Amino acid sequence: MNNRTETLIPKVGVITDVRIDTPDIKTFRVVTTDGKKAFDHRPGQCAMLSIPGVGEAMFSITSSPTNEEFMEFSIKKCGCVTEWLHQAEVGQQITIRGPYGNPFPVDDVFAGKNLLFIAGGVGLAPLRSVINYCRHYRDRYGDIDIVYGSRSKDDLLDYKEIIDEWATDAGVNVHLTIDNPQEGWDGHVGFVPNYVKELGFDTNKTAILCGPPIMIKFTLEGLCGLGFDKTQIYTTLELRMKCGVGKCGRCNVGAKYVCKDGPVFRCDELDELPSEY
Amino acid sequence: MRKCSLDSMNSVFAEIAKAATLYIPADRTDGAAVYTKWEEGVVWSNALNTVRSPKDFFFPQMENLMEFKTQGKNIEIIDTRSETEDFVVFGVRACDVKSFEILDRVFLSEPVDSYYAARRAHGVIISLACTRPSETCFCGTFGINPAEPAGDISVWKTETEVFFRSNTEKGAALMQKLEALTEECTEEAVDAQKEKISAVMKKLPLADLTTEGFGGGKTKELFDNPAWDELSQTCLGCGTCTFVCPTCQCYDIKDFNTGKGVIRYRCWDSCMYSEFTRMAHGNNRNSQKERFRQRFMHKLVYYPENNDGLFSCVGCGRCLAKCPISMNIVKVMKKIGGNNK
Repeated sequence: MNNRTETLIPKVGVITDVRIDTPDIKTFRVVTTDGKKAFDHRPGQCAMLSIPGVGEAMFSITSSPTNEEFMEFSIKKCGCVTEWLHQAEVGQQITIRGPYGNPFPVDDVFAGKNLLFIAGGVGLAPLRSVINYCRHYRDRYGDIDIVYGSRSKDDLLDYKEIIDEWATDAGVNVHLTIDNPQEGWDGHVGFVPNYVKELGFDTNKTAILCGPPIMIKFTLEGLCGLGFDKTQIYTTLELRMKCGVGKCGRCNVGAKYVCKDGPVFRCDELDELPSEY
Repeated sequence: MRKCSLDSMNSVFAEIAKAATLYIPADRTDGAAVYTKWEEGVVWSNALNTVRSPKDFFFPQMENLMEFKTQGKNIEIIDTRSETEDFVVFGVRACDVKSFEILDRVFLSEPVDSYYAARRAHGVIISLACTRPSETCFCGTFGINPAEPAGDISVWKTETEVFFRSNTEKGAALMQKLEALTEECTEEAVDAQKEKISAVMKKLPLADLTTEGFGGGKTKELFDNPAWDELSQTCLGCGTCTFVCPTCQCYDIKDFNTGKGVIRYRCWDSCMYSEFTRMAHGNNRNSQKERFRQRFMHKLVYYPENNDGLFSCVGCGRCLAKCPISMNIVKVMKKIGGNNK
């Protein structure tokens, strides 16, 4: 009886590293109890993490599939499950199931293209998986531009990796910005949508967006203003989820389920949905 | 086709109950019909339908999914799924039989929900043709014939006799057990009943209600209809409609700490509730209007779009009877559909 597969039944995972990224974001490294990756995934896919008795929630997998040793999750403290995770120590077991959702089309649509990643705040988490995948298979892609902004210098996620690894890669241009001037920051100051307009990208790129809804809205308008077509722009959505497989009904928008049909959408596909995301 | 006298139904129930747990509609002391485990003394209700739909048999209002034992930093996951017992549900009306097909398309699509699938595999459905459809009935709107119910075995009841026709292997196997209690017969009496019901159906108050204007691909056309404001204005958000609905299948997953461990269970949820979509960063359906619209758009547009045009309503009329403010899918269909008379 119990050999029937059941997606709702998770595996036990172990937190093997906790990195403090920002005042409210930590990155957790997770493996199974025998030290392996819980499952294979594609860039942009998600996993359900839970702490029994606290709850279960969907998180994007921030590590690249090319990392064969472990998975990482960058998690902002903002609710019951995330607050509990933020006080968890190395060695703490959690549960994990997945992968869920459709990935970014890294192997077909993105192949050979110049890529423009635009992220705001913790919105870098799902894009990091794609960025590191594309950096791993560097010769498959054209130029890579990364625009990333946060409230302050201290709120920039993966700052060390961005400066030490991404910014030093050939053909990868990193453009950082923070919302307000800050001592010790000599980089750009201003909101992401405005910065994108200032940078004035050529439209020979595929854009990948993730951030707060308001940032996505204005960046999308900005890109369209620069001449981008919505079919060139991808984003990833976040809605409340419980099952992860399009059955519990929670993330239903129009005829789509964000967990199953998303979370990755091409922006022209979003125009077909009612504005409830 | 086989038949037996109405008086011998108790023996039929007894025979079925020998092999599997049998549930039949029986009247509660308050007069409401509910599916009741049959045992000697339980009397078959004459009511048109049960207050609650039979979806509970396959998708119970609450069920445990798994358990966890935690010790220090360690977690043990306990798969508590057990062997499902064989059961028979007797007296399911044509509308409710159709609802199983609608639920199947959700729970049996990949990845299959093993909890639901086990119950489906172990359950036998004996349907029952309607003889007195009510003024809240509109199954005909969705192409359902109440005189020709599907299921593993179809049953017709007259003043004095009960007729059986098996439709599936499961049904045939069960009919074999009833061979000594039933006799082979012609379909004459059943045909006569079907004709009579067909005439009654045309006279029902909702006989003219059609699905015109609804279906897959109508999102853009219907979503911003100004009538949603008026229709949803009095909605209390109580969720009664979703709970009595045979096709509503939204669920929640929750953890309960027993003191000795944690039980993770699933329970019905409702898109009518504000908590349903509330996240740390906000709620994508903040107003009752948005939640109200979601329920009807899902049944009449989104579900058919994903399921070959099949609507997620069977016209059972439970929501018409139970909504405390008398708002319902029929009013929605009349107001914004193609047949707004």
